[in-house]
Amino acid sequence: MLNDITLGQYFPGNSPIHRMDPRMKLILTILYIVGVFIVANLPGYAIALAFLYIVVRVSGIKFSYLAKGVKPLRFIIIFTFILNLFFVQGETPIFTLGFFTLTKEALNNAIYFALRLIFLVMGTSVLTLTTSPVQLTDGLERIMHPLEKIHFPAHELAMMMTIALRFIPTLLEETDKIQKAQMARGADFESGNLIARAKAMIPLLVPLFVSSFRRANELAMAMEARCYRGGDKRTRLRELKYTKLDLYGALAVAAFLVIIVAEGRLLG
Amino acid sequence: MSIVIEHLNYVYMQGGPYETKALDDVSLTIHDGEFVGLIGHTGSGKSTLVQHLNGLILPTSGQITVDGMDLADKNTDKRAIRRRVGLVFQYPENQLFEETVAKDIAFGPKNLGLDEEEIDRRVRTAMRRVALDYDKLSQRSVFELSGGQMRRVAIAGVLAMEPQTLVLDEPCAGLDPKGREEILGLISDLHRESGATIVMVSHSMDDVAALAERVIVMNHGKVAMDGAPREVFSRGEELRAIGLDVPQAVELAQKLREKGFDVPEGIYKIEEVRAAVEAIVGKGGRHA
Repeated sequence: MLNDITLGQYFPGNSPIHRMDPRMKLILTILYIVGVFIVANLPGYAIALAFLYIVVRVSGIKFSYLAKGVKPLRFIIIFTFILNLFFVQGETPIFTLGFFTLTKEALNNAIYFALRLIFLVMGTSVLTLTTSPVQLTDGLERIMHPLEKIHFPAHELAMMMTIALRFIPTLLEETDKIQKAQMARGADFESGNLIARAKAMIPLLVPLFVSSFRRANELAMAMEARCYRGGDKRTRLRELKYTKLDLYGALAVAAFLVIIVAEGRLLG
Repeated sequence: MSIVIEHLNYVYMQGGPYETKALDDVSLTIHDGEFVGLIGHTGSGKSTLVQHLNGLILPTSGQITVDGMDLADKNTDKRAIRRRVGLVFQYPENQLFEETVAKDIAFGPKNLGLDEEEIDRRVRTAMRRVALDYDKLSQRSVFELSGGQMRRVAIAGVLAMEPQTLVLDEPCAGLDPKGREEILGLISDLHRESGATIVMVSHSMDDVAALAERVIVMNHGKVAMDGAPREVFSRGEELRAIGLDVPQAVELAQKLREKGFDVPEGIYKIEEVRAAVEAIVGKGGRHA
């Protein structure tokens, strides 16, 4: 089940996209999504798709792998599509079925929203697939750094994210172990109705919480023992540096935005 | 009741990039009433093997039968097997979750669908077997207990299922010498008094030497040696070659022999070595 989710997974590699500065990648991803939301006609989406396709090819990740990442979200996408069909008010009816009238505007809106969602997921997947979690939080921290002037805990937030990501595999392993231990005592996690199943989770969740708190405690102590002080004047092991690659990336996204806007003016 | 394992293979993450063969053509029979010590270094496959014994892991290929029931068969009732083969995991205190000691121990019997009276009887028996005072401790929170007590509660939780075979994965890991001695003592009592079959996984040669009647050595997913302790521990060179050691008593006996003392071959218990030394001292002197 967990293997289906490509969003948030890292795909190690050494492509130009992988080597770009995480800060730049974050900003460019946001700009790309903004671009996708500006678009309001089908040729525009074709351009957005073409751009994404080129980026993915450069990154060396299979496009089908990326598309697979949209699959778990298909229900949300279908849901928004139907919602838009029904609730958008339009003036040009295509056909009427009883009290329901399908209008051209509603259909357009529904299609655009579904496409935007798909591009949103795929765009952010490119970011997470090509950027390791550590790099990502590093980049986030640097981007949020100016906010520390208004006492926004950028470093602490980034550190919490790093720690949370680091412990996901540990937690999965632990869950597996405790589940087996309770099964050895005759626990049944697979059968019964919803309430019975929820109740069956207690022998699993309590030990997980207990060990998580204990681990958090130990980690905090281990960090303090190594004189960890968050925030100010920490130097870093890997300095982030913008390179030529980042310039090219920025230029490419800028070109994409210009084309999108120009295309919107021409056709829209 | 016996556990028969035939040509057992187990592969982790089959087909994936991290595919590893954890068990490689393992065949052995664990007889009724035996005390088996299972030793091997980290990653030798011993933990994978014991999880097969009650159907928590199903074999990639090969066969295991417990009491004639085939574990690989999807239709076999896993719970019927789990009430026959009790498995105590490494650091079992991590699995405690109930409000009180008594409730936690009752979890297993409750899952077996027993009535209140029988559950209560089993909780009391199990606590007595692990030397925990029912009146004093049964209503305490499990999280208030000491490490050694928590471990004993966890073992009691498995004992309350009243399995005929008890499998313990590193039961003494992380305990201080006193706690270790207590746990080993109660395992030994259990075996002697109730005649239960015991399979004890351990790193410690000394623990195994003190208790086991049969020693199985695992290496790279295969059974490297299988026999009486006397026989296995006499193969010190081979044991060292696979990253294990011999019990301290065996080493002491060997060193004494090298110095020319008349210490018999094949002894492996500390009491035996002591007797040998006393015999020498009693005779009043050195040989050779």
